[in-house]
Amino acid sequence: MGFALRKVPGGVCQVGVEGQLIVGNRQELKSVIQDAVDKGERKFLIDFSQTGYIDSSGLGALVSLSKKVREQGGELRLAGLNEDLRSLFELTKLDTLFAIADTPEQALAGF
Amino acid sequence: MPDSEGLPATLRLCVRRTPIRGPEGSRVVVSLRVPSDVSCVEEVVDLVVRHCCRGGWTDTRRFRFNLKVAVAEALANAIVAGNGEDCSKSVMVNAELLQDQIRVSVTDEGPGFDISALPGPTILPDLEDSNGRGLFLIRHLVDDVFFNPQGNSICMTLRRH
Repeated sequence: MGFALRKVPGGVCQVGVEGQLIVGNRQELKSVIQDAVDKGERKFLIDFSQTGYIDSSGLGALVSLSKKVREQGGELRLAGLNEDLRSLFELTKLDTLFAIADTPEQALAGF
Repeated sequence: MPDSEGLPATLRLCVRRTPIRGPEGSRVVVSLRVPSDVSCVEEVVDLVVRHCCRGGWTDTRRFRFNLKVAVAEALANAIVAGNGEDCSKSVMVNAELLQDQIRVSVTDEGPGFDISALPGPTILPDLEDSNGRGLFLIRHLVDDVFFNPQGNSICMTLRRH
């Protein structure tokens, strides 16, 4: 499974996560975002509309990426989390660290 | 890593479904021997959840999700922290399916760790820390958690409420 990054209107890099973001593939997502940061991109939206599961390694990867993007003056937003996944963010208080929108459209509207 | 038959070691999973008569009534035991390869985690978790949640039980979506989180986190811990992703070592996953609960144990071949050094179940990792959330999630999503004295085996109980 790959993580395809596409540029959408507003200068935002949008990445969709299909299936799972877990210990086995989190490094791939980190590489995709880091490469874009290195090329000067600063606005990121990760779309979880097609995501069934995120494990603690995946959560950790998002924390790490958010920090790197912020250090470069950018922002990383999340959208499309289902009820179960949102509960993981609430349980770990990560909902206070990220801007989380219900849909990618809502996240993009406020960028 | 290819084995002697040229197949990836990650595909050599063994599931045993054995009805056993015991003091707690009829039960089923599902066992898997898992290579220490993180690319196995997704397949193994799906296998365990599928076998644990089939039959006559009407488990809720939330129950299946909690089981999935618990198994995924314990297995990743065992492969990465326990066995150090050493391909020569395996992780044993055993699930006992009882009438009112599921007990899942995950055991690695590592030296174990000091259980007393673990943070309390309500201690959250720092928000900016990229590690340390696995055991926190397990403790919050299952009903009971036990470690063996060596610290290389975790047993988690989820009750069918």
